[in-house]
Amino acid sequence: MLEFISQQPLLAALIVLVGLGLVFGAVLGFASVKFATEGDPITDQINALLPQTQCGQCGHPGCRPYAEAITNGEAINRCPPGGESTIAELANLLDVEILPLDAEEGAGEKPKSVAYIREDECIGCTKCIQACPMDAILGAAKHMHTVIVDECTGCDLCVEPCPVDCIDMIALPTTLQTWAWELPSDKSHIIATDVSHGEAA
Amino acid sequence: MAFLRVTSPHAHSPTDTASVMRLVLYASIPGVLCLSYFFGAGIFVNIIWACLVALGCEALVLRLRGRQIGLYLKDYSAIVTAVLLAIAIPPYAPWWVLTIGVAFAIIIGKNLYGGLGSNPFNPAMVGYVVLLISFPIQMTSWGAPINTIADQAAVPGVLDALRLNFGFMKEGVDAFTMATPLDVLKQNKALEVSELWQQKPQFGLFAGRGWEYANLWFAVGGCYLLYRRIFTWHAPISMLLALGFWAALFYDGGSSASGGSPMFHWFSGATMLGAFFIVTDPVTSAVSTRGRMVYGALIGTLLYIIRCWGNYPDAIAFSVLLANFAAPFIDHYTQPRTYGHKKGGQ
Amino acid sequence: MRAVFNIPGGIHPPENKVQSTATAIRSAGIPELLVFPLSQHIGAPAKPIVEVGNKVLKGQMIAEANGFVSVPVHASTSGEVVAIGGHVLPHPSGMSGPCISIKADGKDQWIEHKGVPDYEALDRPALLDIIRNAGIAGMGGAGFPSAVKLNPRPDQPIKTLIINGTECEPYITADDMLMRERAEQILEGVKVLRHILTPTETVIGIEDNKAEALAIMRNAAKGTGIEIVDFPTKYPSGGEKQLITIITGKEVPKGKLPADIGVVVQNLGTATAIYRAVVHGEPLISRITTVTGKAVEQQQNFETLLGSPISHLLTLSKWRQDVAIRLVMGGPMMGFALEDVSIPVVKTTNCILVPNAEELPEPAPEQACIRCGMCAEACPASLLPQQLFWFSQGKELEKLQQHNLADCIECGCCSYVCPSNIPLVQYYRASKAAIRTHDQDLIKSDQSKARFEARQERLEREAEAKEAKRQARAEAAKKAKASAATKPGETTSTTDKDAIIQAAIARTKAKKSEPSTDPVQAAIERAQAKRSGAPTAEETPEAKLVKIEGRLKKAQEKYQQAIEQGSDKLDAFSAGITKLEQQLELAKAAVPDTSEQQVEASTNTDSATDAIARAQAQRAGGAAKDTPEQAITKLKKRLGAAKDKLATAENEDNANIEAFRASVSTLQAKLQKAEQQLTNDNVS
Repeated sequence: MLEFISQQPLLAALIVLVGLGLVFGAVLGFASVKFATEGDPITDQINALLPQTQCGQCGHPGCRPYAEAITNGEAINRCPPGGESTIAELANLLDVEILPLDAEEGAGEKPKSVAYIREDECIGCTKCIQACPMDAILGAAKHMHTVIVDECTGCDLCVEPCPVDCIDMIALPTTLQTWAWELPSDKSHIIATDVSHGEAA
Repeated sequence: MAFLRVTSPHAHSPTDTASVMRLVLYASIPGVLCLSYFFGAGIFVNIIWACLVALGCEALVLRLRGRQIGLYLKDYSAIVTAVLLAIAIPPYAPWWVLTIGVAFAIIIGKNLYGGLGSNPFNPAMVGYVVLLISFPIQMTSWGAPINTIADQAAVPGVLDALRLNFGFMKEGVDAFTMATPLDVLKQNKALEVSELWQQKPQFGLFAGRGWEYANLWFAVGGCYLLYRRIFTWHAPISMLLALGFWAALFYDGGSSASGGSPMFHWFSGATMLGAFFIVTDPVTSAVSTRGRMVYGALIGTLLYIIRCWGNYPDAIAFSVLLANFAAPFIDHYTQPRTYGHKKGGQ
Repeated sequence: MRAVFNIPGGIHPPENKVQSTATAIRSAGIPELLVFPLSQHIGAPAKPIVEVGNKVLKGQMIAEANGFVSVPVHASTSGEVVAIGGHVLPHPSGMSGPCISIKADGKDQWIEHKGVPDYEALDRPALLDIIRNAGIAGMGGAGFPSAVKLNPRPDQPIKTLIINGTECEPYITADDMLMRERAEQILEGVKVLRHILTPTETVIGIEDNKAEALAIMRNAAKGTGIEIVDFPTKYPSGGEKQLITIITGKEVPKGKLPADIGVVVQNLGTATAIYRAVVHGEPLISRITTVTGKAVEQQQNFETLLGSPISHLLTLSKWRQDVAIRLVMGGPMMGFALEDVSIPVVKTTNCILVPNAEELPEPAPEQACIRCGMCAEACPASLLPQQLFWFSQGKELEKLQQHNLADCIECGCCSYVCPSNIPLVQYYRASKAAIRTHDQDLIKSDQSKARFEARQERLEREAEAKEAKRQARAEAAKKAKASAATKPGETTSTTDKDAIIQAAIARTKAKKSEPSTDPVQAAIERAQAKRSGAPTAEETPEAKLVKIEGRLKKAQEKYQQAIEQGSDKLDAFSAGITKLEQQLELAKAAVPDTSEQQVEASTNTDSATDAIARAQAQRAGGAAKDTPEQAITKLKKRLGAAKDKLATAENEDNANIEAFRASVSTLQAKLQKAEQQLTNDNVS
């Protein structure tokens, strides 16, 4: 038998290749069972990068669904609250190109804000309470509501349902604690003069 | 008058990039003078021509990139590249060789990578290697040092050099070229080192005639830069030590298979020019002091390997470029220990 | 002689100290109006305890400490409180903050105060109380409440007490002059500190460029057991961590405090203030401030009442406003530039630097980094500034953290030496802030996620509870109906069973929600349809899933019942259940999204989530249909906007005017259509 095989180089090659295939297939199969990952870690990782405002501005009902959509190939630039930094992190995680933010109606990156209920005008309809994905609005039927500022993510889902339009989104002011130097803009300055120089030339 | 609202520190040291570059140029003067004494005025012609080409190329690229031409030309970096390349190539190489080399160095070696500070490879060495590979004959035709050939009592003057370099004197160069000492040693199969010294006119006191003094003066210039704290001693000294170490290891007392003494290697070819003017180029070298020592040692080692067993008699350019490749990697592993952190970068 | 250790890096900028040491410390007198920021220290701002119109005496507390890491504020002269409110603060941002303004009455009348000359009889808590109530915070720069720093945990025995007389920044000479003129007071203060901390050694560290001060201190310290140590001048030797390394050779480990390695560092000025507080009972109401720079004619040190506006000091030292290019509080390396001369001197103001344009010129334009490595050589923390610079430019926060940006002390050495004039420190400050914001965002997002998930769970729970209730009701109704329809006795149970079995079979068959022939099933379906308010035929996969789940649950209940009753149709039941389970799997597969969405969908009919669903759906592109009325209102709004745009375009002679016209007409057509539909709907 062995002799026969050794005399047939074609057969020998075939047997060797098939054998190798079997061995590596077995190794891979074993590895896939032994080192199987539970759940969908990439979705979890993406979800961890999303800002968890649950605002739905990406077109999905919450951050996790969007994370799943990204896993399934959706663009990474649909999250206005996360803004550029989130896009950059997602791009880094998924090793894809950084895209400019794709927000509807030119929303762009807004300053961080929180909802504020003008309490005199509130009629106590509880609609905003039901709309809030964070349970960050306090109040009861026919009683005034108010926003727990620390819990509010600024998703503005409560603004639309309010029948008397008494909810405003207020941008968080810069305080002494949050103030910081910005990255130097000197460079852009040089390039700006360059541009005019180039035009003149 | 409104007060400036800027971040601290408000004070700034008077050193700027241009002054650093200028000092480097000044420091190269003794070596250049020495070279011109031994090899004639060709080197001046080359330096001036290289500077003109470099400034032209730099201005062109800056214009294409939409940058302020004046601001960037004034940093002298293009001139330093041009001067180093002009020193490195043979004094009577044709003008177009130098032009191609400088243009390649400035346009492709430097600016295509993003200009000063962003180029991963030493531009002068990129230009040099391109020339060495493309025009091996022109690039290895070094003139004979003064007083080495019997019927040649003087080196070419400025006019001769202009005629030679710009092609008005056909085949004039070949008349007085001769193999460099490194080349002689490399080709040598039969003679012992001491016999070489006796029989070949190229050899001087302890290295090649002329070459030993040029190297000495470049070393003096380098020490001046060290003294002015333009760079630290780490890279050049570790490069010289590595080169000396390997040379000593393989010297074997000067047999016919010997690679030459450490002294010979230190003062031959472009060793000192490389150690103090090329290895110290900050843009393309490793960053931390430890990293620079590794970087220098790597260059010294590669230099000896290529000189002895490689295809080229001298190898500053190749070893510097190879080490440039390794610089980011060296940086990664030689991050200094930050205050308050344990060893190992924790 | 004690051995001192070297620190890596550092620079030697021109010292410029002689200009302000020519004359003795001079009193700055009493300005007309004094302003006291409530936050002159690290920690919570003090809480005002006076009101506008109150008369206050010199040394009277006007704001009390608000928490453990906080110190009170005292009036530095007698007068009347004229305002409590916003005033420009000595802060790089140039922002305003709460301050108490006092109009001096010129009498400079002290409040009653009494010191404790025999402080050695007091224990540590009592002394710390005195120090805290005197409002003493670190006077070297940062302003950390001294009482907190002097109260290390009991498991941290203090081996070395270091008094920082380094004053390594150029120009500043406040500590230098203090040592020359008030060495006794300093040493008394150090003795108080020594009594509080009981260290094994007490060291005063002074740079060797202050020869006169060194000699005086050495002389005064003879026989006190306090060691005076000098070391080579180098900036930033005076940084707390750097000084600890110079004196002890030890490094403060990352994330630890000096107390963790048995060291406490206090500033000279702080020691003096502690002496005055403990021995004389005087709170911290004045300090030595250097006024220097080429734009002032008389460069000198002032004993300044806290709260004095900078303009007061500048006038006294005859400044030339026309040549002053910057106004720096602190030194040229770490001080911050101010824009307003009405900003007051506070507890940490050691220097007012007013240079002219030649002295500290405007920063030159930033050029490309040539990786020369001078910054790395100068960095006292052994960082790689140029790498940090690259990462800052690229906003690579993770890399920045890996390269230990947090260990940067912002001393400015790297920026100082940079030949390309890169404002490195500003890059690091911005990046540090970005990292801080990012970390806070992460915490917030985790918190939000937790809250969102909790809410989802609650909604699910509520939905389940409702479902259970509804089932119970349906069960009861069914039983009642069944018992009413049949005769009592054995037959009842048989018929009952048969009906149940039939129902189960029918239900399992009803895969595509075909109208069931079974009356019970039909009733249930009707009820479900009613409840969900949606036609059964147009079920979404989610709704179907919920239904099947419900049915499965019911079938399982029936199965249990059957077992209990010993029914002989067990097999049929279990087969039915299996089929239902299969269906459930199919339905689950048909539902594309996660359980969260299922919950969303299943509770859509709940008015509680109606609003959110609507809002989200609208965001998502209007999946949920508006009612005709809403649609019309919306269309009207859009039409209005479009008309406005058209008008503007016409005014401006815009090129896109045709497009605007087209959109207006389209919208009008749409509106008409919608209105017609609404009328039709209303008619029908």
